[in-house]
Amino acid sequence: MLIKSPSSSHETESHVTDEAVFNDRRSILKKLGFVGASALLSSHAQAGPLDWFSSDKPVFEQRPLDFIKGKADDALTPEDMATSYNNFYEFGTSKSDPKEHAQEFKVDPWTLTIDGLVEKPITLDYDDLFKKLTLEERIYRLRCVEAWSMVIPWVGFELGKLLALAKPLSSAKYVAFSTIHDPEQMRGQRSRFVGGGVDYPYVEGLRLDEAMHPLSLLGVGMYGKTMPPQNGAPVRLVSPWKYGFKSIKSIVSIRLVDKMPPTSWNILIPSEYGFYANVNPKVDHPRWSQARERRIMGSSVFDQKRIDTKMFNGYSEVASLYDKMDLQKFY
Amino acid sequence: MLTKKPIRVAPRWITLLRAIIHATSFLWLSYVLFLGLTGGLAGDPVQYLLDFTGIGSINLMLLSLCVSPVSQYFKFAQLVRVRKTLGVYSAIYALAHLCVFIAFELQFEWLLIVSEIIERPYITVGFLGLLILTSLLVTSFEKVKQKMGRTWGKLHQWVYVALVLGLVHYLWSIKANELQPIVYIVFGIVLLLQRREKIKSIFK
Repeated sequence: MLIKSPSSSHETESHVTDEAVFNDRRSILKKLGFVGASALLSSHAQAGPLDWFSSDKPVFEQRPLDFIKGKADDALTPEDMATSYNNFYEFGTSKSDPKEHAQEFKVDPWTLTIDGLVEKPITLDYDDLFKKLTLEERIYRLRCVEAWSMVIPWVGFELGKLLALAKPLSSAKYVAFSTIHDPEQMRGQRSRFVGGGVDYPYVEGLRLDEAMHPLSLLGVGMYGKTMPPQNGAPVRLVSPWKYGFKSIKSIVSIRLVDKMPPTSWNILIPSEYGFYANVNPKVDHPRWSQARERRIMGSSVFDQKRIDTKMFNGYSEVASLYDKMDLQKFY
Repeated sequence: MLTKKPIRVAPRWITLLRAIIHATSFLWLSYVLFLGLTGGLAGDPVQYLLDFTGIGSINLMLLSLCVSPVSQYFKFAQLVRVRKTLGVYSAIYALAHLCVFIAFELQFEWLLIVSEIIERPYITVGFLGLLILTSLLVTSFEKVKQKMGRTWGKLHQWVYVALVLGLVHYLWSIKANELQPIVYIVFGIVLLLQRREKIKSIFK
């Protein structure tokens, strides 16, 4: 008899969104895609009770993408939640700042370079981001270090497949990422106070084997469309077993290096944020517990479900990357 | 130096001002809570409510501490009556802040709630400030005040300690350098320095 043993990252059936709801979402998306995705965005534009003078500001234009559909193991966080609650200090430290201040961010033209210890350095322009590799949807849980989480359908390609095209040299041990440095467009990079004191550009890093893991994704879209700027347009990292701050946004440079690269939050507060930043319920943040998390599933306080945080955010397939490592020490 | 003429207005104007403070503080809080419960807030409603009630409490406390210097400067003794109204709402907002934390952030996981209050210094500090504000709130009734006599004044000077604890809690809860808590702290220090003689006498 064939016994199917699901990996622990797969949630039980009871967690799955009702298919009718899920399909309906798709059909609504399709219909609206015909009208123009921006119509969807603007109809969902929400204002806080303090935004008395909200004006008709321009909205970033997203376009629908072609991709291989992904499988939903968890109920999705509604799109307007995932696109209006963001940590992207380049546009301000408040969660609502990125959506408010990033709508005019220019993503085309864009240049992403992959260089360093590689045989064949690669330069991708804006169109290449969507054409170089086949796009696929990946529905991942996103666990923020601040103990909240969402479930987001990303569209993108495996980081490892792109790195393989560049042919890393055997001396390459780590991958260093950098966000664009564009103070003219990013208010947080113009002022220390707006940008939370981060030394810009934002930099992040992975060990090469982490970067090559099939779960590591370069996202170019979400919810079936191109990435909105507040979520890191046009291209961002999605590293689902690590805390959200590792998933660096609006990337312009991917460099293969032989030493552990510096990472922004680790530079800022080394006692609170390590290089690895693997989701780990047993290692608390010095200022709060990481044992449980608040899953954001809607815009009411009653749509917030408290659940246990799982080791590696439930993606146990990455555990072998950390054999014999003391994850209390390498947090 | 020019001596200013004391200001006197008909008592109904002070009553009106107090009614406005009551209405704005109460309705604003109710409206935001209502939006949070019905899904009308952008982003994470829990964080929004925590920020709104926490910063609201500090705003009201700072305002209440502005009343005495302003009324002294303008020789407007009647104004002191609004101080209590502002103080009462500062405490109510702080209690709402704790309720949001317990009910919506940690969703009545009491073991975690207790351990977070004890183990996380920034939460401990905020909780101590809240205890002070609560004791000021429950003793703010006129009858209680009369019964307490001189002790009442001594107890209510603890608002300065509550202010310091509140500001430390605010600064500590934030992840990176931000301008807003620093502006608040500067403002708080100015208000405390203005009372330095009085504060010194508390500790004598």
